[in-house]
Amino acid sequence: MKYVKLALIIILILPFDFGFAAEAEYGYPISDNYISTIWGTPPALKITMPGRIRAQRLILDIFPDRPKPDIFFYDDGLQCTLAYQEKKAPLVFLIAGTGADDQSRKMAAMMNALYHAGYHVIALPSPTHPNFIVSASASHIPGDLTEDAEDIYRVMEHAWEKAREYIEASEFYLAGYSLGGTHAAFVAKLDEERKRFNFGRVLMVNPAVNLYNAVARIEALLDGIPGGQRKIGAYFNATMAKLTEFYSRGGFVKINDDFFYAVYKSNLFSRKENGGLIGLSFRISLAGMIFSSDVMTNSGYVVPKNRILESGDSLGDYFFVSVHLSFLDYFNEYFYPYFQKKRPGLGREAFIDSLGLKGIEDYLAVSPKLGVITNADDFILAPEEIDYLRRVFGERARIYPRGGHLGNLEYRDNMLEFVGFFKQ
Amino acid sequence: MFRIIPVIIMSSLLLLAGCAATGKAILAPEVPAMHTIQEFGDDERIIDIADPWENFNRSMYKFNYYFDRYLFLPVVNAYEFITPSVVQDRITNFFSNIGELKTLYNSLLQLNGEKFFLTFNRFLTNSTVGIGGLFDPASSLGMEKKSEDFGRTLGYWGVGSGPYLVLPVLGPNTLRSAGGSAVDTSIRYALLNAADPLENIDNGNSIVTGISILESIDLRHREKFRYYESGYPFEYDLLRFLYQKKEEIMLLK
Repeated sequence: MKYVKLALIIILILPFDFGFAAEAEYGYPISDNYISTIWGTPPALKITMPGRIRAQRLILDIFPDRPKPDIFFYDDGLQCTLAYQEKKAPLVFLIAGTGADDQSRKMAAMMNALYHAGYHVIALPSPTHPNFIVSASASHIPGDLTEDAEDIYRVMEHAWEKAREYIEASEFYLAGYSLGGTHAAFVAKLDEERKRFNFGRVLMVNPAVNLYNAVARIEALLDGIPGGQRKIGAYFNATMAKLTEFYSRGGFVKINDDFFYAVYKSNLFSRKENGGLIGLSFRISLAGMIFSSDVMTNSGYVVPKNRILESGDSLGDYFFVSVHLSFLDYFNEYFYPYFQKKRPGLGREAFIDSLGLKGIEDYLAVSPKLGVITNADDFILAPEEIDYLRRVFGERARIYPRGGHLGNLEYRDNMLEFVGFFKQ
Repeated sequence: MFRIIPVIIMSSLLLLAGCAATGKAILAPEVPAMHTIQEFGDDERIIDIADPWENFNRSMYKFNYYFDRYLFLPVVNAYEFITPSVVQDRITNFFSNIGELKTLYNSLLQLNGEKFFLTFNRFLTNSTVGIGGLFDPASSLGMEKKSEDFGRTLGYWGVGSGPYLVLPVLGPNTLRSAGGSAVDTSIRYALLNAADPLENIDNGNSIVTGISILESIDLRHREKFRYYESGYPFEYDLLRFLYQKKEEIMLLK
């Protein structure tokens, strides 16, 4: 999702130049964890990367005989990106976070850094991305970490089959951010049985300790908007109106960095409102996931069961409905019932526990190849979950004092730490 | 008597196969979805732009995807492959400089003297110091590029935007902006004919055509958007909203 961003998502990804007094021990400047998550790292504090990278898109036909509904006519396989060195080198697989594809901004940043450090990289979309749901998920229902790991593993095998025509890999590594970080742990565990890649190093960047808990915390950010979660539409419109008003009042020439910098500087949005924006942006991703999954499974969740949608059909109403559904709705009404049917006797609490690192804790605690980088103020983690990471990973957990959820990913110290992890 | 049974089975199978082939299989009847729009009637609609021609527009959107895929982008890729990027940038600047003329007369029509003189100075600077528009020294001198077209001129004089309209090849528009670009194109050809720079050259028309094609390629080369690339099922809706929002904001200036 590169181009089609709402103005407010553009805010979520546009970085600026601002002057904060840096502290001696850790120089990432933004102490409010919503603001850091939204605005990221000021350009002056990023590492500058030289030149372009050699990269190409891989289109993978994972299930060749799978029929595609007409509304997904454009989906002709899973899209991954390969960045390649012209000599033998280690290869790093990257897994994107919730709703993101292989060329999201954060994936591009990680890919760039690794490429310039001499690695081949294969970037994979998140199993929650519509392209993955349509083309690469066995069940079309993402979120079960064990099944997701199987899907991801299958994709990795296909991707490597294709990539090896061009490149030679000396060793395999693995990393992911956000939900992709949690996925990385499960894929690493699976690889211990399958032994196809024998990953040398595996890094989780700002992972969810438990998917259910993390998403519940993101959803809770919407409780702070006027009228609560059900008024997400009114909140969206109010936000757009506020931005438009700010623009016309301020004498700006274009919607560009200067404009967004001014938005940042003016504190146009309160902390609650910033939290609401994060929740809203999450919901917009989630809507794509829910709708795609429902169409593929013909479950009658937001699209009438047995309705055949065609490429000319209006989808606006489905968007409106999907964006109003929380992850908890999806979980209770769609996701959990599906797995309950599949695994009779599966209890709700046990199922929730299985959606996190605790289920594979024994493995995580002893495997020296695994590492974690996260932030003490990452709001997708409860304080006890930070302690949990410290306890399980010990020396292998690097926890920065601030940076929110991935806000400091591109900060130079973090990037050095990220790339350096694979050199150990 | 029982010999008729295989016939019935065979014909039923054929009937079923026929249905599957048309993609309109007679499935079980539709069952209403668990969540419908009525349930959220107490909230405001979002990214909900009036789109009376949506079915046509979505078909055009799809057409543009195929046009890009099988014709336009391969040509653009070949262009990017064979042309050094320094040359690409010169070509971009050249057409951008010619485009200043459009901004010039539309600023005038919108009674915007400031924009007119700024654009006039840009055009003058870039056409001379910038060697016929191949370079853009004006921007380095702090003269920021403005952009105006006849669609916005109509908007300035109070003409409503009309319905959203996805044009073949050109993509998202409104009825007003589509009409506006038709006018801008006519004015351009009128100017070109009046000036007739290729008067004494054989095949002048082919040259003009060639230049137009190069301009289209340059335009697509500058535009990073790819239809359906986001993979997001509501891409059409979001793009429509963003387009309208941008037009609305631009008119405030």
